[in-house]
Amino acid sequence: MAVEFPHRHLLEIGPLSEEDIWTILKTAHNLKEVLKRPIPKVPTLRGKVVANLFFEPSTRTKLSFERAAKVLSAEVMNFSARGSSLEKGENLLDTVKNVEAMGPDLFVIRHPASGAPHFVARHVRAGVINAGDGFHEHPTQALLDLLTVWEKKGTLKGLKVAIIGDIRHSRVAHSDILAFRKMGAEVYVSGPGTLLPPEREALGAKVCLRLEEAVEGADVVMALRVQKERHGRPLFPNFHEYARYFGLNRRVLSLAAEGAILMHPGPINWGIELAPELEDFPGQVILDQVENGVAVRMALLLLLLKASET
Amino acid sequence: MNAMKLLIKGARILDPSQNLDLEGDLLIEDGLIRTIDRKIPAEAATEVVSARGLWLVPGLIDMHVHLREPGEEWKEDIESGTRAAAAGGFTAVACMPNTKPPNDSPEVTRYILDRAREVALTRVYPVACISKGQKGENLAPFGELKEAGAVAVSDDGRPVADSGLMRMALEYARSFDLPVISHTEDPGLSAGGQINEGMVAARLGLKGIPAEAEAVAIFREVALAGLVGYPIHIAHVSTALGVEIIRRAKESGLPVTAETAPHYFTLTEEAVLEYNTNAKVNPPLRTAKDREAIRQALAEGVIDAIATDHAPHGPLEKKVEFPAAAFGLIGLETAVPLTLNLVREGLLSPLRMVELLATSPARILKVPGGTLKPGSPADITLIDPEETWVVTEENLHSRSKNSPFLGWEMKGRTVMTMVEGRIVWRS
Repeated sequence: MAVEFPHRHLLEIGPLSEEDIWTILKTAHNLKEVLKRPIPKVPTLRGKVVANLFFEPSTRTKLSFERAAKVLSAEVMNFSARGSSLEKGENLLDTVKNVEAMGPDLFVIRHPASGAPHFVARHVRAGVINAGDGFHEHPTQALLDLLTVWEKKGTLKGLKVAIIGDIRHSRVAHSDILAFRKMGAEVYVSGPGTLLPPEREALGAKVCLRLEEAVEGADVVMALRVQKERHGRPLFPNFHEYARYFGLNRRVLSLAAEGAILMHPGPINWGIELAPELEDFPGQVILDQVENGVAVRMALLLLLLKASET
Repeated sequence: MNAMKLLIKGARILDPSQNLDLEGDLLIEDGLIRTIDRKIPAEAATEVVSARGLWLVPGLIDMHVHLREPGEEWKEDIESGTRAAAAGGFTAVACMPNTKPPNDSPEVTRYILDRAREVALTRVYPVACISKGQKGENLAPFGELKEAGAVAVSDDGRPVADSGLMRMALEYARSFDLPVISHTEDPGLSAGGQINEGMVAARLGLKGIPAEAEAVAIFREVALAGLVGYPIHIAHVSTALGVEIIRRAKESGLPVTAETAPHYFTLTEEAVLEYNTNAKVNPPLRTAKDREAIRQALAEGVIDAIATDHAPHGPLEKKVEFPAAAFGLIGLETAVPLTLNLVREGLLSPLRMVELLATSPARILKVPGGTLKPGSPADITLIDPEETWVVTEENLHSRSKNSPFLGWEMKGRTVMTMVEGRIVWRS
């Protein structure tokens, strides 16, 4: 597979061209075949070492990167903040330098501080993938969202995408807005006023004060998780009120376009951002997103590690 | 101490206190300025310094620095900080009280002054706390602090949240004629903020500090200064909105003065892109529109003084992920060339530049200096306005290297700095 991929790191969506993104999506789409084999393993990355450094909790992203590496026969080193020397006061740079001394070819980093992966990338020789940093970005989530929408809708250009919830503090929303717009989709966002970005900071998304305005005619509706752990003082009065005015349910989704799909990056707070009745909504693709997460991360490991060889 | 007579010849002598801008000579005798004239015969002196092509100005006074002593000497101390000051052309610095322990007692003030007598290259003017422990609860003992040598009070770095306490501070400072300096920041609006609220913060995913956090607090301070009838000095103004409030306050006769720092008239929030922790400072670097308003305010006299807010931090505080990094940048050694840029742009006259960096700070702090009047202490700075140099970690004298100007080419450099006729710095 001789494809051009001119990047050593994946830190944010910005530096990727539309063409780079198609390369990732098509590579991921093709790799899904491997996952369906009776023995889903290929030797492509044998001898490569991927270090997963997770400085904050994760289920999907961490398992997904681990699975992606193992299908491609790479070795995986796992690090979690809990139980590590961080608890003894070791700083980020020392932690990373020590892991680097054990020879990984690629770092996968999740960190509560915006820009932490950029900081690490400046100080290590290996490549770095941002697996979510603070309020900043979660680029691999946006890429797996693009893959899911492309597979379900057959296109990305011209789609109306509605993202609902905590837009201001969501790294997923940030990366999705940049990625969907780059691929020619229109992005609308809505949520309570305290969780919406000021217009000038919406990165080109249209800010809708009313949920219905964002959802109406949308081809893709994405709910974001209410991030209970990220705020100091509560930014809305209570969950009941949130669910009533900003949560998605069948009534609101009936305004969306025919055959609209419903997405969520997980983990879901059922009964807050999504009404429980949506569990069997026909356009619900939440588990497809998870499956595509493995494929997209396989594609990225492949592209970044192969690019670093040449 | 100085029986010698030093003659500086052929300089461009600039002194806003006498509205003086002339090509000539200056004679120093016994540490005092003796005469200024177009020509003073060399026989009058025991030593002659040629200063052709140089500016001779009253020693610059930085009314807002952090020397980090006592308590954080790995970042800076009184010796290294005043060496950086002298190299930057300053003959006096006013050091903010957020040391460890904070300067809220006469013991700490006296410690700073004792150390300064031992090791400082420049004059050191301690600024003491407004509130005990900078906690914003109870007033520090202004009378004893002044007696120990403090020249002003401020809770710099930790804004006084309680408006009632700020009112009391102005009322009580009035009893001792102590200038009050305010770090204007509404803590509710700035909480958790990392950089200016705006496009760059949105792109980097960092919590913003809106311009209104400064403006709301400036408005409170000028209102309280009016209520009490006692002056307030606003530190490090960074926003167009803040400038506008100060302009209107001055127009309506309220007793307010203000300073800004070179980074606010030179840089914008874009300096933070790539998560550059050396550009993380509080108040944060703002937009191009704010920067323009600050420049105009310097030219028009709405802002009275330039101070550096020199805030040294080492790798432990700066070589970390952005939200974990400390606020602050160093500025003593880059202030002169950056201010000269405004002169070259035609925004400031050379006399106005000297007023901003020497005469006004002396007036606001009520300390000697800022003048070349015969009989004054010979605190003098010689500047080569044309010399170019590149800012590197190696050529900075501060113990810390957290400058956002590393790698910049600067035009203009301090050639000699004198305190009471003693040469404390010579390039």
